[in-house]
Amino acid sequence: MADGTSWLHRAADSDIWWSFKSSSLTVLAAVVTVFIVLAAFLSPVLAPHTPFDPSTLSLSDGLKPPAWMADGDWSFVLGTDDQGRDVLSSIMYGTRLSLVVGFASVVVSLVIGIALGLVSGYVGGVTDSIIMRIADVQLTFPAILVALLIDGVVRGLISSQRHDEIAPFVIIGAIGLSFWVQYARTVRGSVMVEKNKEYVQAARVIGLSPVLIMVRHVLPNVTGPVLVIATINLALAIISEATLSFLGVGLPSTQPSLGTLIRIGNELLQSGEWWITVFPGITLAALVLAVNLLGDWLRDALNPKLR
Amino acid sequence: MLAFILRRLAQSIAVLLTVGLVSFFLFRYIGDPINSLVGQDTPAAEREALKEKLGLNDPAPVQFLHFIENAARGRFGLSYRTSEPVSRMILERLPATLELSFCAAVFALAVGIPMGVYTGLYPRRWSSRLFQAVSLIGISLPTFLIGILLILVFAVMLHWLPSFGRGQTSTFGWWTTNFTSWKGLEALILPSITLGLFQLTLIMRLVRSEMLEVMRTDYIKFARARGLSNRAINFGHALKNTLVPVITVTGLQLGSLIAFALVTETVFAWPGVGQLFIQSVQFADIPVMAAYLMLIGLLFVIINLIVDLLYFVVDPRLRGTARVGGH
Amino acid sequence: MATNNAPLLEVKNLRVEFPTRRGTLLAVDDVSFDIAPGEVLGVVGESGAGKSLTGNAIIGLLEPPGRIAAGEIRLEGRRIDTLPYEEMRKVRGAKIGAIFQDPLTSLNPLYSVSRQLVETIQTHMPLSASAARARALDLLKEVGIPGAEHRIDHYPHQFSGGMRQRVVIALALCANPRLIVADEPTTALDVSIQAQIIALLKRLCREHQTAVMLVTHDMGVIAETADRVAVMYAGRVAEIGPVRDVIKNAKHPYTKGLMGSIPHLGVRSDRLTQIDGSMPRLTEIPSGCAFNPRCAERGERCLVQRPDLMPAGASRAACWLHDAAGVGAPVRKELADA
Repeated sequence: MADGTSWLHRAADSDIWWSFKSSSLTVLAAVVTVFIVLAAFLSPVLAPHTPFDPSTLSLSDGLKPPAWMADGDWSFVLGTDDQGRDVLSSIMYGTRLSLVVGFASVVVSLVIGIALGLVSGYVGGVTDSIIMRIADVQLTFPAILVALLIDGVVRGLISSQRHDEIAPFVIIGAIGLSFWVQYARTVRGSVMVEKNKEYVQAARVIGLSPVLIMVRHVLPNVTGPVLVIATINLALAIISEATLSFLGVGLPSTQPSLGTLIRIGNELLQSGEWWITVFPGITLAALVLAVNLLGDWLRDALNPKLR
Repeated sequence: MLAFILRRLAQSIAVLLTVGLVSFFLFRYIGDPINSLVGQDTPAAEREALKEKLGLNDPAPVQFLHFIENAARGRFGLSYRTSEPVSRMILERLPATLELSFCAAVFALAVGIPMGVYTGLYPRRWSSRLFQAVSLIGISLPTFLIGILLILVFAVMLHWLPSFGRGQTSTFGWWTTNFTSWKGLEALILPSITLGLFQLTLIMRLVRSEMLEVMRTDYIKFARARGLSNRAINFGHALKNTLVPVITVTGLQLGSLIAFALVTETVFAWPGVGQLFIQSVQFADIPVMAAYLMLIGLLFVIINLIVDLLYFVVDPRLRGTARVGGH
Repeated sequence: MATNNAPLLEVKNLRVEFPTRRGTLLAVDDVSFDIAPGEVLGVVGESGAGKSLTGNAIIGLLEPPGRIAAGEIRLEGRRIDTLPYEEMRKVRGAKIGAIFQDPLTSLNPLYSVSRQLVETIQTHMPLSASAARARALDLLKEVGIPGAEHRIDHYPHQFSGGMRQRVVIALALCANPRLIVADEPTTALDVSIQAQIIALLKRLCREHQTAVMLVTHDMGVIAETADRVAVMYAGRVAEIGPVRDVIKNAKHPYTKGLMGSIPHLGVRSDRLTQIDGSMPRLTEIPSGCAFNPRCAERGERCLVQRPDLMPAGASRAACWLHDAAGVGAPVRKELADA
């Protein structure tokens, strides 16, 4: 393959890039995602206010509607909540938190899943049975339930205040632990196929660590399916975190994610202050939709049957 | 076939026991059973005596056995939060959740399957593409957001439907139902749609993709080559072959509706077991959590069994009829 | 043998194209042949030569994006390639039947054999359910299913491979079609069964006076069964003629190579003939004669001018060797693989 053309040229020429360019919807989704991610991670720089620093808040700013309505104020473009926090800035910071938690929990699921899959597939025997049995049982329950359970257990073990302090980590762990099974199964399947191949036995004879060899051969094989699972997983993780926060057991109002913001706004919905819920809601919906579209495209692009 | 049933039963019991183990662990070691029974300032000696009496000093396997025994009889102790018997709390709220899940399931199936068949048969029509787009939105929106949206539009803005609560119910013995009055049914509409929407899109996508696969098979090609009418092919051969694999997945999904209800119940303040569970998580009310876990485990195992048996009925290849040879 | 002179099926200058993002691929290029009533025409060639696609085009089941780009297909004088779907549907099954390669996947696993037979019969014949079932039973007996009365309600998975293919044949013959397009009907079967199925097909078609277009890559089957054979190469017909002639006395260099590569019992040879190189991919078809890079007898003309089918003894072959003007100055074949 070393024929002088740079990898950039090859990438630009590849089937994947072609299918990406040709679907305007996917390009739109990518643009939206990039926009949201950038806005979120540059929030300290871009956000007009710091809504989570109590010293900058004033109750007289509370409950202002969006700027284009009567009573609106252009320094609070999307309005404020009952504490005087700017909705736009809250959304930016909140999105950042939602994204961080979402990604981190996918990473956690990946690590746990791949590790357990490797162990289960290679060691086999009782270990394999146990791990797979746990996996089966866990799969019978919806992930959100598993996450809730884990959160509840943590709350039972430490005080509520402490829980709120380390909330992001608890949530990442809870969601991460609820999604590992698919990865483990895929990796395990691949390991079991490779394990019986001759090169592994040959390696054992020579004295090389067969584990390392297998990892070198297994991991490239599973990259495709694992990537597919991860894309589905990312959208689900973001939704799960939002749901947990909305239910009041996720990120607290001192470090709110989009879900928390929606919860806060929900309480005011009946009295007509809709903007506190609707704007974070739109952001969340756009984000997840974009991630799903990108995931769909990636899955189709990687699917050899559709080429 | 008998062997199959026995094997599945054994598997189900294994799953239940595992769930029971987790439940037990929660109950005994994360929570403090004594706290649920006595106040803060009960002297230590009394606590010890109580512990002994309750068998909390017995070896763990024995305790586990007792726990399972009690669970089988529906006894899960008292809630930390309300000091009521947990089983009573659950039973009180179970009909609300079951009715809601049932309506959501009917909604998801009645709309999802036809939409899936349509978009599978005619994937290039613009109406199909529209359905596809809508389904993407259905999968992307978190359930609670859908619920809030529906409340905003239909309750707050249009005032057509109630925005929270179970509305009017009637009682029949232990069961309370919404089905006996229009007002009761009204209260069910928005929550059912909210709960069922995600499942609907899943079902629709599944049916569609199965349909597309089936339409590409050799037997459909052969059926066309024999000159069979489009109706015979689409609604005879294709539909049946599509629905068979869909049954299992759908059945399991519908089972999970009961668990997913917890989000919808929170949004609509619907007094079901899901809402109870959320409250128990917020308050670290371990006995309720443990009981809910076992309940869901039991329901899922039952549903899984039913789905497996359904498979038997529908797919002749599984009935184990002997292959007759010859050339 | 033919009882009248008008051909049953006429294929004229058929072209089948596949638009892809890298351009349009031509999979069947200017193919013409006829089939007389009751005749068995073998269509032989390597995988990818275009034989199955030709069959699919004839029964009107080309899968999109493939499409018929040019040419005519006539059945009993009437054009069928331009018929709307509903009209063609009535032709299928009633006038033209089809048999595909894999009997396991050709039958719907969830429907009993009787259901599939009765449904097909009733689609084309105004019979009551019981009359249709009686006919189904007769068909099963005709194709040699033992114990047909008991087996008729069984499901496909309860039959062995050979039995399944017999059921498939029964299904294809339900409405007494005049022509059957059989696409590799024995390839998926055990060798011991293949002979039986071929014999069955031959007998039934003789008895019902049904013509067969038998598509296969197996020359042995052709030798057994066909009256005439068409050899396809790279989407074109290389040679077409009576079976005995083509086999014993091939006129096209490709056919000669094919025949030479078949081992014969009783004939001692040190090596089997092998044709160097391989059939070109659809994206890289050479100019002039498609076979020329692999041909030992080629000349200058073969590189630039594409030969049509021309008379060569009792057959016709698409080769300049049989043209009065010849192939021109010989050009040595490159020995390396393309």
